[in-house]
Amino acid sequence: MSLMRLESRRQESRAMMLAAPVIAVAATLLVGAALFTLLGHDGLGAVYEIFVKPLFNPYRWQDLLVKAAPLAMIATGLAIGFRANVWNIGAEGQYILGGLAGTGVALATLDMTGSWILPAMLVCGILGGMAWAAIPALLKTTLGVNEILSSLMLNYVAIQILYYLMRGPWKDPMGFNFPQTAMFTADQTLPMVVPGTLIHLGVPLAAAVALTAFLVLARTVTGFQMKVVGLAPRAAAFGGFGAASTVWIALLAGGGLAGLAGIIEAAGPFGQMVPQFPTGYGYTAIIVAFLGRLNPLGILLAAMVLALTYVGGESAQTTIGLPSAATGVFQSMMLFFLLAADILVRYRLVSGRPATVADTAANPAAKAEPKPKAVTA
Amino acid sequence: MLIGAVTGFAVATTTGLPVLGALGAMAAAALAASIFAFLVLTLMANQVATGLALTIFGTGVSALIGAPFVGITTPTFGPIFPEALTSSPLLRLVFGHSPVVYLGLILTLAVAWFLARSRAGLILRAVGESDTAAHAIGYPVLTVRYLAILFGGAMAGLAGSYYSLVLTPMWAERLTAGRGWIAIALVVFASWKPGRMLAGAYLFGLVITMELQAKAAGFNMFAPEVLAALPYVATIAVLAIISAAKRGGANAPACLGKSFRATA
Repeated sequence: MSLMRLESRRQESRAMMLAAPVIAVAATLLVGAALFTLLGHDGLGAVYEIFVKPLFNPYRWQDLLVKAAPLAMIATGLAIGFRANVWNIGAEGQYILGGLAGTGVALATLDMTGSWILPAMLVCGILGGMAWAAIPALLKTTLGVNEILSSLMLNYVAIQILYYLMRGPWKDPMGFNFPQTAMFTADQTLPMVVPGTLIHLGVPLAAAVALTAFLVLARTVTGFQMKVVGLAPRAAAFGGFGAASTVWIALLAGGGLAGLAGIIEAAGPFGQMVPQFPTGYGYTAIIVAFLGRLNPLGILLAAMVLALTYVGGESAQTTIGLPSAATGVFQSMMLFFLLAADILVRYRLVSGRPATVADTAANPAAKAEPKPKAVTA
Repeated sequence: MLIGAVTGFAVATTTGLPVLGALGAMAAAALAASIFAFLVLTLMANQVATGLALTIFGTGVSALIGAPFVGITTPTFGPIFPEALTSSPLLRLVFGHSPVVYLGLILTLAVAWFLARSRAGLILRAVGESDTAAHAIGYPVLTVRYLAILFGGAMAGLAGSYYSLVLTPMWAERLTAGRGWIAIALVVFASWKPGRMLAGAYLFGLVITMELQAKAAGFNMFAPEVLAALPYVATIAVLAIISAAKRGGANAPACLGKSFRATA
């Protein structure tokens, strides 16, 4: 028995927990280069263009921040639910509905001025996302409908609502019959926080959201509830944490933040509502949440990595003619490798003969983890 | 499904043989499913996350492979019954379909028989209901699960090739438009019983056809977007009804979604 073999760890390894995302990104670069070479593209060039070149181009840094902001926001909301094993896959739809709700405010206030308009749009964006997420929450808590399927189906419905509004009621009357709304006014657009760049208010807002969520999850009873329900549902029930309230908190947090991200994109980079508004951020944010270890601070970092695949992927299209679909392939590979590397959190690779029960009983200290796992974070 | 759709299309267009296309689709989709199987079975990864990763991967890879095939036509399956049998609308209902339609029927019946009547089907169900008990008796739990996932992948691939080779027939990115997810909802709806699955599938077929028929008939009472959203709304409604009737997931295999590791 000289083969490598998996052995259960007494406790989840915190070091591996942090190393797994790094391993995943490294493996994605290596295997990605190989895969794209096999598919007849310039594999090494693709990896260089996507993952390295934008980092050395200061003009691209602002692109990175702008793309990372909605991803971090959505992923933070999703992570709150994922911690409690509530699988909200409907962030894409909640993002669209948030964008639409905020756009509704914008279209109603086109002729008005005032500094209250933008905050009203943001609030309605949050409410729109929450309302869309309330549907799976209601179905789950009253009828027991699986939230994965219901929230996912609503993504497709949300896209049709968007198309309907763009082709019909919300079409700009002065827009030469293009299916899009009127441009938002200055009072309806996010201000730039760094003059002369693309960095809008959404960027610091996303950072603030992640920091707030970090504190809420680490320091409040609600944060504790999400964690306990996820780790030990029965213990949570005995402790008085209701399953229904957990589902509601998880989905409303996810929906609200996805909605906020939606209106920030509409009132920021887009500056109007268009049929091309859904860009898959709701799905990519799921990868961000996992890569960030469901921890809002990790998510900020992971959002930058995934933003890199968008920014780099776009420039690779023009420089080396890499198809846009390559971005999705790299992103999904990252999640594949992360999930694969995660086994090392719970198990360790050992070689040789399996330890018998007698060995372990005789020398329990030999197998104990050097450091106890921290309870917070 | 998407990987199956694009592979089927690519192989059929290149070789001119739709049968090879369908077989290639099944092989490619089973290969994709093997990634999923390795992650969730051998590495015990989270099944929801792994499934999502595979979906994003399939969408991306199929778009990459399919790029040169956008906008060209493909050889499709001819009718299998003589033309005389399809002269009247009623006869056409029975005999006028693509061979894949009949294959779908036959496969459903075969799977129903396999699960209910065969020894191997009994072992498969045992592994699903209690992996530890099945393992204790000596059944190879992981091997059974590997085979089940690969079969599921191959079937999804076949279904995908039906979209690109028969229904549309052409290739476009995201051609299957979430039908694979609806199929998962169908399994819940049918409480894991193939017979009811077939009924559910035809019900959804009806809803989806209504969209096309309504458009063709110039039926303008609803916006086209309402009709396009209908299959997804119907899925949610059906899930709600079935969950209300049974308080969710009744008859689901007890070990669904759980990972298994031999301990002794």
